[in-house]
Amino acid sequence: MSEPILEIENLTKVYAGGFKALDCVDLQIAKGEIFALLGPNGAGKTTLIGAVCGLVRPTSGTIRAFGEDLSQNWRGARARIGLVPQELATDMFEPVNRAVSFSRGLFGRPSDPGRVEEILKSLSLWDKRDEQIRKLSGGMKRRVLIAKALAHDPELLFLDEPTAGVDVELRRDMWKQIDQLRDQGVTVILTTHYIEEAEEMADRVGIIRDGKLLMVDDKSAMMARLGRTEAHITLANPLSELPASIARFPVHLDGGGRNLCYRGGDGTGLGKREVADLTKALTGAGIDYIGIEITESTLEDIFVDLVEDRP
Amino acid sequence: MKHFNPRAAWAIYVREVMRAMRTAMQSLLAPVLTTSLYFIVFGAAIGGRMESVGTVNYGAFIVPGLLLLTLLSESTSNASFGIYMPRFTGTIYELLSAPVGVAETLAGFVGAAVTKSLILAAIILLTATLFVDYQIKHPFLAIGYIMLVASAFSLFGFILGIWADNFEKLSIVPMLFLMPLTFLGGTFYSIDMLPGVWRSVALVNPIVYLVNGLRWTFYGTSDVNIWLSFGITMGFLTACIAVIAYIFKTGWRLRT
Repeated sequence: MSEPILEIENLTKVYAGGFKALDCVDLQIAKGEIFALLGPNGAGKTTLIGAVCGLVRPTSGTIRAFGEDLSQNWRGARARIGLVPQELATDMFEPVNRAVSFSRGLFGRPSDPGRVEEILKSLSLWDKRDEQIRKLSGGMKRRVLIAKALAHDPELLFLDEPTAGVDVELRRDMWKQIDQLRDQGVTVILTTHYIEEAEEMADRVGIIRDGKLLMVDDKSAMMARLGRTEAHITLANPLSELPASIARFPVHLDGGGRNLCYRGGDGTGLGKREVADLTKALTGAGIDYIGIEITESTLEDIFVDLVEDRP
Repeated sequence: MKHFNPRAAWAIYVREVMRAMRTAMQSLLAPVLTTSLYFIVFGAAIGGRMESVGTVNYGAFIVPGLLLLTLLSESTSNASFGIYMPRFTGTIYELLSAPVGVAETLAGFVGAAVTKSLILAAIILLTATLFVDYQIKHPFLAIGYIMLVASAFSLFGFILGIWADNFEKLSIVPMLFLMPLTFLGGTFYSIDMLPGVWRSVALVNPIVYLVNGLRWTFYGTSDVNIWLSFGITMGFLTACIAVIAYIFKTGWRLRT
């Protein structure tokens, strides 16, 4: 991993009622990467972000950002961190332009109408700059939150479910925006329910459940390690048992011997190659088939398997 | 950035002052109208038939008390709403995640509340000249004392806004505590007019010392020792700052 921008060690958060939202979480984020944190509701994603951004007081553990301990030099670190919250929390009566300029000042940056204009234009908000936020649609309000988080040009940006409740077009726009941020060297940590989002954008993925980080890995490595190919081959005539040349593949019979099911591979193409070999072996053994259906597991399957404790 | 963040303090201050301008009818006109009604009824109508209190005619006598009545309630409610609304709407996340500590927060929120109170005080004093004849003996001390009281009660309002978890709690303290204590604190009368036991009871009311402190800056007379008034005001201000410092240190009602 290149130079870490964020280092979390043994982070635990127990709320007043005794609920353990984070349980000894260790995580390192490299400068410039896009990291997606996946997990079901109540898994601890927002608490983790809150602990880094100063909204949640950790029970124990340390958080270092930009090499500085956040419990010591929080001012310096916070000036370089941006946060887009999950809730659409905005000052409804403020015009867009003023709300974004306010955020810039709040984070200690000098007034810069040109930079604010750039940000608003990049988020298609420039035409709405004088509108009160309450008059904007939900998607536009979400953009305002992003504009506010970008107003001080953060080096580390947290997006807590940035595309929750927004339409497909806006979601695609936001992905583009995040791509641009990546190009500018901004490190992005996002939580999402949309696996597609993590697959599309993230360099690394972390899966969290019950406050514990179950797995953190490169997206491609995770797919390679846990990805699977499934093939369902419909046989012309049912079989009662498999010949040895077929049984050496990870297959089993189903549907009264009429379906041959393959489950194997590693998410990098090995599965497809094995299915091709399997079909050749079937032909070699004189077993006729009338249909093949192949599916590759997605990050979503991996995620569901992990959070539901499937083998 | 390792120390005080002046741009943040300024950003909060400007936004809060702009918020007051947005609600000028509620922030400025309403209290001015209410106070004017007091001046008309107690100062001009009834006051004209009352004897002077000491050397000060009754209409002029009630000016500092009425000014304080408005200052206390407006400083408290401005600052309490200022911090309660971000908590209520959820926008507090931005303040908590910013490089902003207790000093910037107070400079912004309390500074804006004090500014609003001073504007209000100036308007009320100007309005009072329409109804009663009064002069201020120590104008600079009066301005200083008004600023001190406005600061102390803006800090108190800030605490109230953090403590309150609904709108009822936000309005109940000014309505049920501040208003009665101010009315009973010598706004409309000198506590020397009270019979013995009630005078002693009145001296327990801290507002008596605030009203008399301000009245002294206006007319040079007071029912209580002026240094005691000043000391109590400073003590209240210091206690409020200590409570707010504790709130920020522990994150009480701010951070989960």
